[in-house]
Amino acid sequence: MSNKTYLRERFFPHLWCPGCGHGIVLSGLLRAVEQLGLSKNEIVMVSGIGCSARISGYVDFHTLHTIHGRALAFATGVKISLPELKLIVPMGDGDALAIGGNHFIHAARRNIDITAIVMNNRIYGMTGGQFSPLSGPGINASTAPYANIDPAFDVVELAQAAGATFVARTTAYHAKQITDFIKQAIVHRGFAVVEILTQCPTHFGRKNKEGSAVDMLKRYQESTTPIGSKAKQENPDLIERGIFVQKEAPEYCDQYDLVIERATGGQ
Amino acid sequence: MNKNIKFVQGNEAVAEAAMYAGLSFFAGYPITPSSEIAEILAKRLPENRGKFIQMEDEIASLCAIIGASLTGHKVMTATSGPGFSLMQEALGYAVMTEIPCVIVNVMRGGPSTGIPTHGSQGDVNQARWGTHGDHAIVALTASTHQDIFEVTVTAFNLAETYRTPVILLFDEVVAHMRERLVIPEKGELPLVERLRTSVKEGVDYHPYLPREDGRLPMSDFGGVHRYNVTGLYHDMWGFPSSEPRVVHGLIRHLVDKLENRVNKLARYKEFFMEDAQIVLISYGSAARSALHVVTNRRLRGVRLGLLELQTLWPFPSEIIREKCAGVRAVIVVEHNMGQVMQSVKMAVEQPDSVFLANRIDGTFITPTDIQNILRLIQGKGV
Repeated sequence: MSNKTYLRERFFPHLWCPGCGHGIVLSGLLRAVEQLGLSKNEIVMVSGIGCSARISGYVDFHTLHTIHGRALAFATGVKISLPELKLIVPMGDGDALAIGGNHFIHAARRNIDITAIVMNNRIYGMTGGQFSPLSGPGINASTAPYANIDPAFDVVELAQAAGATFVARTTAYHAKQITDFIKQAIVHRGFAVVEILTQCPTHFGRKNKEGSAVDMLKRYQESTTPIGSKAKQENPDLIERGIFVQKEAPEYCDQYDLVIERATGGQ
Repeated sequence: MNKNIKFVQGNEAVAEAAMYAGLSFFAGYPITPSSEIAEILAKRLPENRGKFIQMEDEIASLCAIIGASLTGHKVMTATSGPGFSLMQEALGYAVMTEIPCVIVNVMRGGPSTGIPTHGSQGDVNQARWGTHGDHAIVALTASTHQDIFEVTVTAFNLAETYRTPVILLFDEVVAHMRERLVIPEKGELPLVERLRTSVKEGVDYHPYLPREDGRLPMSDFGGVHRYNVTGLYHDMWGFPSSEPRVVHGLIRHLVDKLENRVNKLARYKEFFMEDAQIVLISYGSAARSALHVVTNRRLRGVRLGLLELQTLWPFPSEIIREKCAGVRAVIVVEHNMGQVMQSVKMAVEQPDSVFLANRIDGTFITPTDIQNILRLIQGKGV
């Protein structure tokens, strides 16, 4: 297949910096859509604000580029009003979990059938490298010139605790896993979260002396390990990759259909 | 007996009118004094296979109805002051992206938490300028339940016609007061349905290229035309642009489509205006006391008239200038510190003869309050 089938070439070149990991996520996402054989007309991509949010402009689906942090709220309206649509919501770490944190936990709690992709580069790229709630202590950022003191969320634990019924994590280095996880997330009936660690060499990399994009990708290879691996037991600092949660639970739109049935007396 | 006669709260009139207009999606968050609208629609919508959702806050509520409007639904949310403040960013998004939606703000005393269970009309200017940036907006109001019904249906019609958010600025007094409402028969009030594109599948559809009459036919999400919607300045494809020609063209379009139709959008009622020497201008619950004063004083031969505004924005300046030409004095009656009075002063030929009769203590303005101002103007003392 060709990614071009799903891209709006009129809108290229894209605005991402050289070496940015977001393009790898875009590519992985399009492969997932292609492999699932989805029609472009049945997909709605909703995004908020930030580098990651610009992904919606480049894909040939129904696309809604909204306001900062609120993508999941818009997506909730689209989904409940027309449940047969497939909702994909790519978000950055700040978009999803700082300004958008409330919508994130409530979408998870409802278990509404939306695929949320958190493109986690641990920094606000578009505004010039400020720390995010996923940066973590010790990270240098333009608003943490003496190193960050803010603890970070763990996206996987947060999503799980809030009620998401599919939760996975991988990195931009593990491109094939991106496709695999996004495919499973889209097929999953319920709120699905895929966290993808993605490199920002321009801001995060430079401020934290992590080298080039290639160096940062290698770091993802070295600092992550499959869930429950022996390596994790030996080195607890390793970040686990894989599918953490995959379970069935009542989905919100299905439940609302039952409300309609009760209200109409099944007429 | 006519089964369409009801004895209801103003909030119920809003909900019934929304259903009459074809509402099929509502998202909201509980807040006094608007909560009854959500409660009624939580029951009524699923009965008609519509959808109701209680969101996590007012921001999410407005975002959700904008999303649902894009799949082709008639949508509404309802809130009050603090919730309306939270909605301002998404309101600007609906303006920019031209998404039809109706936002009810049942006004209560502000600022901040203010006085939730008492009436106020303090959000008039917030409705106009609450969201950032130049823009135009439509805001309507009414003083009786029958008018609330009609104005609410009109709000849906204007939202569809002009692809714009429409704000309904009711107030706690009319929202919670009970009075008679006759639900119009089906077809009695005209309904405007969404204008959808006739462009066929496979042919380029330009979501943001206005027709000659300025209207923009829509295509539902999930349909055959895939396009981009963004709050950034955008071209006819809906794609972001910072091209000066595109930016200028879009802001002119957004403002002109409403500001060029001020008189057409103006809804108002006149009482004893033909030979009035003193004109009361009022709206919402305050207009009820104003009407009482006018009716009462007329019995004593005072040439007093009432101009009751139902369209607050765009402000009907030209109509007010005409109606008030040559009168001795204009008294604006409202539950705030003179928000509409400022606009009236700018509209009329003699701003010095515009006075304010108001109350800002959370209690309802009485006919006596208005008469006291009237006596002062007439040189009779209080």
